[in-house]
Amino acid sequence: MFISSENAPPSLKDFTLVMPAVAVGNVAQLAVDLLVSTLNMKLVGYIHTDCLIPMAGNNPYSTCREDAEELHTPAEVYTAPELKLAVLQIRAPIIQKKSKKFRQLIVSWIKTSGFSRTVILSSSHAYQRDDQQMKGTPLRYLVTPSLLKVSADALKELGWREMEQLPAFPGLTEANAESRLSIPGGGITKGLYTDSCAEDLPLAVILLFCSEGDNIPDAFTLVNHLNDWLHLLDNPSQEPNKWKIPPSWSLLFGSGIPPAMF
Amino acid sequence: MATFFGEVLSVYSRAVEEDDEELEENEEDEQIRRELEEKREVHLHWIPEVSDSLKSGNKLPCSEFVLAVGHNAARFLSVYVLTSANWDKVGHASVWNERSRAVAGQTSKESACVFYRHKENPTVLMCQVTSHIAEDQLFQWTEKVFDCLQHRELNVTVLSDSSVADYKTADYLCTSATPFLRSLHTGTFSGKPVCQSLEQPNIVTGLSAAVLNHCQVHRIATVVYQCYSDILGPDSVTMETYKPALTKLGKSIQLASSPNTDVLRKFIQTTEIQSNLYI
Repeated sequence: MFISSENAPPSLKDFTLVMPAVAVGNVAQLAVDLLVSTLNMKLVGYIHTDCLIPMAGNNPYSTCREDAEELHTPAEVYTAPELKLAVLQIRAPIIQKKSKKFRQLIVSWIKTSGFSRTVILSSSHAYQRDDQQMKGTPLRYLVTPSLLKVSADALKELGWREMEQLPAFPGLTEANAESRLSIPGGGITKGLYTDSCAEDLPLAVILLFCSEGDNIPDAFTLVNHLNDWLHLLDNPSQEPNKWKIPPSWSLLFGSGIPPAMF
Repeated sequence: MATFFGEVLSVYSRAVEEDDEELEENEEDEQIRRELEEKREVHLHWIPEVSDSLKSGNKLPCSEFVLAVGHNAARFLSVYVLTSANWDKVGHASVWNERSRAVAGQTSKESACVFYRHKENPTVLMCQVTSHIAEDQLFQWTEKVFDCLQHRELNVTVLSDSSVADYKTADYLCTSATPFLRSLHTGTFSGKPVCQSLEQPNIVTGLSAAVLNHCQVHRIATVVYQCYSDILGPDSVTMETYKPALTKLGKSIQLASSPNTDVLRKFIQTTEIQSNLYI
């Protein structure tokens, strides 16, 4: 359930919501971190639920000593009202048995908040691509019919590649072979997309094929791709370091090395 | 995944396979799953006096709630605080999960999650947790326990054990630096923690995180003291690290100046027996 951090609940009506799916390499979560820290977004509330594994930490986006001591929870909502942008950051894995419940919670929250559109950032296992998917860009998109109605032109102009439907039974070459949508390693991405299609929600999925490892470059790729559509930052590609890396990204590969080793 | 130095780490994917849950389940599977879920429920058992008052809608009046999670934190309370005989046991929580040992008919005395109340000042409560609470039970435990407490003017102090291996720092930690305390507090906590705040990118998980999440969204003043130690079992040096955290509560909780050695011996010996590395 959404709990406001201020006394008055924030107005999120007609905002664009960007949220990550907890997926391969945590690429989407890293990309959302870049959005929050670069656009200086403000915390407006929490999604308090039993579907996420509890965790807590100090301010992941602190810029100075004064704001470092500030408690942050597994799922938080940030806004940039001047951009009409809201972001839901998820910092913990979903408890496996509760992923369906979590999807329902998110879908009903999206409905009650009145977001004009929702963008799910996600990733999928690179090693499970089929032949056609291995050619060209690793980025894909998906839109629900209700968003396609309003954004068809914009998407056409961007020239993005839609996520391919894969044959349900590879190898069978019948003319009417069944095909299905498959996003391996994408967590709740596919479920959220199909739920939104059924509920007629305007929602898009932007995903990237990748593998586990140092996923920081992937996060930049994904956030730049999102920016091509939403224009949150002007020309970030000209100035490659315009996205601000938050301090919480430090020590991604563990602590310092003992000096006695050398 | 290979690191900078070339060693290969096995990484598990945090992504949940999207296909598992869509599988059709037959009735028997469903029943087994339902029964397992029921078994994993957290149950609170209070003494008759408390449960009667809870039933009639009166929550437990509470001004100070001290929660000790882990062997060192819990035993610290046993050795320094509970020895004063000023404490009544008021209840316990029963939690079953994959790490629970199969003990048939476990009595409340053996329970690994016990609540105590101060005899002279009944608004001071303490809880010792030494059992493992699974990830899916943490939220439920916190909701159920805090649902029994009055939230007005409630102050929560959590003492929690952690391994120094989980602590990330750019400098190399020499062994003489451990054990040490780090704190984390909710927005409504107005006091000054007795130690340094937990630095990014460190996080807390487990029961202390669940309590922090709950208290942050419900605006309850809470501070967590996380002790990073390099010793696995209960030991007196690690326990002593918690002392400043409770001395601060001064008036409500009397801290013995030195540990009760009889109680301490009991806890330390039980772990020594298990270590048969060099017989």
